[in-house]
Amino acid sequence: MSALSYAGIAETVDEVTGGGPLTGPLRIDKLDRRQFLKLTGLVGGGLMLSFTLPRAAANDGRGGPLQPNGYLRIDESGIRLYAKNPEIGQGVKTALPMIVAEELDVAWQDVTVVQAPIDRGAYGMQFAGGSMSVPMNWTPLRRAGATGRAMLVSAAAARWKVPATELTTRDSYVIHEATGKRLAYTDLAAAAAALPVPAARTLSLKPRDQWRLLGSRVTGVDNEALVRGEALFGIDQVVPGMKHATYTKCPAIGGKVRSANLEKIKAMPGVVDAFVLEGNGNAGQLLPGVAIVADNTWAAIRAKRALEVQWDETDAGKDSWAAAAEQAERLRQESGPQVFNQGDVDAAFAAASTTVDAFYHYRFASHAQLEPQNCTASFKDGALELWAPTQTPGSAISDAAGVVGIGADKVTLHQTRCGGGFGRRLYNDFVCEAAAIAKQSGVPVKLLWTREDDMAFDLYRAGGFHQLQGALDGDGKVTGWRDHFVTFTNDGRRPVSGGGLNAGIFPAGLVPNVRYEQTALPWSNRCAAWRAPGSNVFGFVVQSFLHELAVAAGRDHLEVLLEVLGEPRWTQPGRAQALHTGRAAGVVRLAASKAGWGRKLPKGRGLGLAFYFSHAGHIAEVADVSVSAERKLTVHKVTVAADVGPIVNLSGAENQVEGSVVDGLSTMLGLAVTFENGRVQQTNFDQYPLLKMPATPEVDVHFVASDYEPTGLGEPALPPLAPAVCNAIFAASGHRVRTMPISEEGFSV
Amino acid sequence: MATLQLRVNGRQHTLEGVDETTPLLWVLRDELGLVGAKFGCGISQCGACTVHVGGAPVRSCSLPVASVSGEVTTIEGLAAANSDLTPVQRAWVDLDVAQCGYCQSGQIMAAEALLRSNPEPSDADIDAAMAANICRCGTYLRIREAVKVAAANIRKENRS
Repeated sequence: MSALSYAGIAETVDEVTGGGPLTGPLRIDKLDRRQFLKLTGLVGGGLMLSFTLPRAAANDGRGGPLQPNGYLRIDESGIRLYAKNPEIGQGVKTALPMIVAEELDVAWQDVTVVQAPIDRGAYGMQFAGGSMSVPMNWTPLRRAGATGRAMLVSAAAARWKVPATELTTRDSYVIHEATGKRLAYTDLAAAAAALPVPAARTLSLKPRDQWRLLGSRVTGVDNEALVRGEALFGIDQVVPGMKHATYTKCPAIGGKVRSANLEKIKAMPGVVDAFVLEGNGNAGQLLPGVAIVADNTWAAIRAKRALEVQWDETDAGKDSWAAAAEQAERLRQESGPQVFNQGDVDAAFAAASTTVDAFYHYRFASHAQLEPQNCTASFKDGALELWAPTQTPGSAISDAAGVVGIGADKVTLHQTRCGGGFGRRLYNDFVCEAAAIAKQSGVPVKLLWTREDDMAFDLYRAGGFHQLQGALDGDGKVTGWRDHFVTFTNDGRRPVSGGGLNAGIFPAGLVPNVRYEQTALPWSNRCAAWRAPGSNVFGFVVQSFLHELAVAAGRDHLEVLLEVLGEPRWTQPGRAQALHTGRAAGVVRLAASKAGWGRKLPKGRGLGLAFYFSHAGHIAEVADVSVSAERKLTVHKVTVAADVGPIVNLSGAENQVEGSVVDGLSTMLGLAVTFENGRVQQTNFDQYPLLKMPATPEVDVHFVASDYEPTGLGEPALPPLAPAVCNAIFAASGHRVRTMPISEEGFSV
Repeated sequence: MATLQLRVNGRQHTLEGVDETTPLLWVLRDELGLVGAKFGCGISQCGACTVHVGGAPVRSCSLPVASVSGEVTTIEGLAAANSDLTPVQRAWVDLDVAQCGYCQSGQIMAAEALLRSNPEPSDADIDAAMAANICRCGTYLRIREAVKVAAANIRKENRS
């Protein structure tokens, strides 16, 4: 293994996002204020509730815009709401301002949504990850809106000389029903701005039956700009005097530049400069490489193609998928270090009437977000300005500041829309590279990764191997469960993201006797959070194996799943965002009923069921699949039942579920990243065949919309898809799939 | 290096000192400031860079600018600034198709080309015409629906 540090890849972001070594539901509850402060270096309060006044708009008692917090600004010209978190396709630029708008009681068509500046004082943590935007911001945003509304009502009460209790609000107006008087928020804003900001405890929030906007279908605030092709994304940014850059790193992580044909490159047409960067020793920030700066993108790409580098691979990784698989094949026969135990597993197996053994494994996967990594950077007079499609602007600022050797207060980051994220943009290596190149070259640069760079330098979803054993008693009840998980480690100390079994992983807390063992293999290629970290692979393994146990017991899968879930209860009492078996059973029953579970299907066609809990979301899915003799699949329909509490934006929520089904299907069908001699073997989409329209199934989405606090939907609908499809394949064909992608077992669409 | 003539969205451009091998995509984005067409793969695999040349959809990431013959239309040329959206663009907005939105300009250009050659496409026609465009967010169901809505609205407009 190389001497590189992987600091920041495992710790900070994984824990922030609820993925990481202690993957899944457990981590979400760890996201208390103190931990965030520790992780982000923030001190003091103002994190969850940020009513700090943006500096430019302090109310001075002389009127001016009403801006009691960072989320809204009203003046006579209109109503602006600020979207605090990065938009990566999860819909938060629309959904979060909707929460403010509901409590502010404005008509949505009166609202202009603006991407908020990156400002910890005003907004606390700003990031897109862990399906956390809605649950973390729900109450603060409601209060932010209610604050504005209360001030507008007070201003109207003073103007009309009536008690505030006689006033109501609706669609951006304060109304006095008794006299029929109405005043627009825009006309009241200046007076309201002069009033004191009310304390949070004095605010009353709307009961759910009075919501008018939340739960409705609202179209994305950037839709029109998108369909007109306006410059929204990182790659679209243009800065005066800007040059275009590429960066070429050693294809094996840990390799350094020995020499390169820099003189030839610098003589190429359009090339402005070419130079070596040594890297800063952190694999998540700045790896060594060769920067090329050119007048335009094509000149930079042509020069990159002509670049010849002699790499010093003394310390470079030698990752080999074939070797890892061979090692795992040996290890799985043995016991591993125990990481979780409950009950008496050995006794359960000794007393079992039936036991089942199965070996599941899955390959590495790439994020393949469609907008390749890019960042525009300008370094001038000891200050750095960045235009970045990042999921973690706060980390981008501190990482880049460290790389160029300035204080974080000397960095300004402009958040752009992101062309997909899926977890990749939680890590800011591309921002660090752009910052370092801008500093060295002395001109503003837009760094662009080619797709080949993107495939070769992802932070991958790790592959893994699970040796499972299940015990059934004489009644066909699941009494014991063992999993020896062979995973990977980047730093030799902790497993990679998605590489940790723990008390939050199904069926811990549900089956009486459960033991998880875990062994990690050293790995140099960077592994990190990929949409629903951990859950995206554990769902496949454990929900397929549960079906195997039901089959072995000769029982109906639905019945066994409901039995395992048992009586309604929180599986981890005191954790508000843990698995609740009643909510779980609710979605399982709903999905089964909507899909017509138990109905007769023609030969070669079957239904498969799966449940998974992740990111506080309870989701069940039923797949309706046909399998031909040649193992060609048709996924006719996927029925989804989800309990994520109340829905904020129904259009966005349905879109997330449909997209998660497609993403899950795409990845399980045929996507794999493999490695030899430390190098990734896939280079572009021709070798990483993302799903296209013809194979897209019908998706039927049902939300329970329970009264629990709303939770996020960017991730939890993905994990149940693969096991639902694999269980349907079994029902249709009798073949048990134990490999992802399933193309490894000869399946195609 | 050469001087080239290029007609884009109704305007004639004289491009001086251009490397003839430059893919059309980078001329549009870097030289003309038309950033609606996107870079995704560089090898005609994803369709994010789709524009029209002579009315037909092409992958501008792999088309050398010197070999462009015919007028280029990009997504910016479908509807002039501040003017009405086309029925396809309108359907994309109304059906809330996009998630991240990065692929959607290529999807829209593919859909526009389909509906010009086939105003009443079946599901299979839509699948075939759109199969070269990747949506990593997986919005295919809404794209398919938006194409149908746009087709119906175009027919309605043509009747009235």
